[in-house]
Amino acid sequence: MAWTREQLAERAAKELQDGFYVNLGIGIPTLVANFIPDDMDVTLQSENGMLGMGPFPREDEVDPDLINAGKQTITELKKTSYFSSADSFAMIRGGHINLSILGAMEVSEKGDIANWMIPGKMVKGMGGAMDLVAGVQRVVVIMDHTNKAGESKLLKECSLPLTGTGCVDRIITTLGVFDVVEGGLKLVELAPGVTLDEIAQATEASYKVADSVAA
Amino acid sequence: MKKVYSDAAAALDGLLFDGMTIMAGGFGLCGIPENLITALRDSGTRDLTVISNNAGVDDFGLGLLLQTRQIKKMISSYVGENKTFEKQFLSGELELEFNPQGTLAERCRAGGAGIPAFYTKTGVGTLVADGKDHKEFNGETYIMETALIADVSLVKAWKADTEGNLVYRKTARNFNPMMATAGKVTIAEVEEIVEPGELDPDHIHTPSIFVKRLIKGDHEKRIEQRTTRA
Repeated sequence: MAWTREQLAERAAKELQDGFYVNLGIGIPTLVANFIPDDMDVTLQSENGMLGMGPFPREDEVDPDLINAGKQTITELKKTSYFSSADSFAMIRGGHINLSILGAMEVSEKGDIANWMIPGKMVKGMGGAMDLVAGVQRVVVIMDHTNKAGESKLLKECSLPLTGTGCVDRIITTLGVFDVVEGGLKLVELAPGVTLDEIAQATEASYKVADSVAA
Repeated sequence: MKKVYSDAAAALDGLLFDGMTIMAGGFGLCGIPENLITALRDSGTRDLTVISNNAGVDDFGLGLLLQTRQIKKMISSYVGENKTFEKQFLSGELELEFNPQGTLAERCRAGGAGIPAFYTKTGVGTLVADGKDHKEFNGETYIMETALIADVSLVKAWKADTEGNLVYRKTARNFNPMMATAGKVTIAEVEEIVEPGELDPDHIHTPSIFVKRLIKGDHEKRIEQRTTRA
């Protein structure tokens, strides 16, 4: 069985480590916050200018001056700080953030990522994604393994305009986990019940299979 | 010199001309200078180049200036919440320059700080790098980005004193501090104006030197994505 959205987020939460400063992208990555272990100290950064993001507010706590990068209302914690966009991207571009978990439309076997534009169709913009993939210490992508047409999103080369080149460290798809290593991808984990054959059928990019998975 | 004006229209008086460049602070609809944007719309000034992280929504914020087709070009990082924008762009009526969010913030900061350009690794190997100077530092490739300045910067703060010292509140700070420094003339709209001495000098975010005009506004503070838990 392929991982569901919730299960993807739960699997991605295993990438967190005690003491990490982490930026979560919009969409499924936001759900990762629900799976931070209680005994782990993780500080979430929101690129619109907040370190130490709390949970969504209760109805009587909603504050229009307090939102996350997805424009959702949010709350602060005792450890929270606020700052300007320039300081926020000093944290990101300057390599001070330990981990970024992002969604993607396409990822290549060289670790290139495309997630901001479909020419002629979708005009939204890159927001902070290009800064995040360029500056954060470790970049993990979580995404469906295939697109709505059933085509692989793990490609030899990205076809869409890139967000960054050679910047992705790990990809967690609905079918399994791939690391970007010297010379291409390495399949290091399968979603429960998913076979190597299923992965092979659904994947355009070339990849090696880790010994632990092949066994 | 008196910086406090009676309302947004008075604060804009004498500064506007067709084809000018405007910076507007805010992230989404959070911390946007909503009174000044409305007054800019009412002024009828046209062919604007607007530098702002986002473009508002269809009927609020900078979306108001799109509806009246007063904007010729936007420099933004993300415009996904505005259908009017997408329609005008895809039909070729509107020019658009996408900047990565951190690059946009730093271009404004540089503009205000008298730094004409800087190098960043953001966008290397992407469309953003096309035509830009590439240079290697310590074995890594960077691209040159140039500074931005505006004829008029419109910012939103929480409190000001009559001198023009500004304090922002929570995530409504965002782009406002950099844009306040990067306007040839910067106008701030705030929720409360107090007397000098009432703000703690250690807690001022934008020092008064950057602010030329000031108004107290009424703020709707519309929420884009009201998200709550039980």
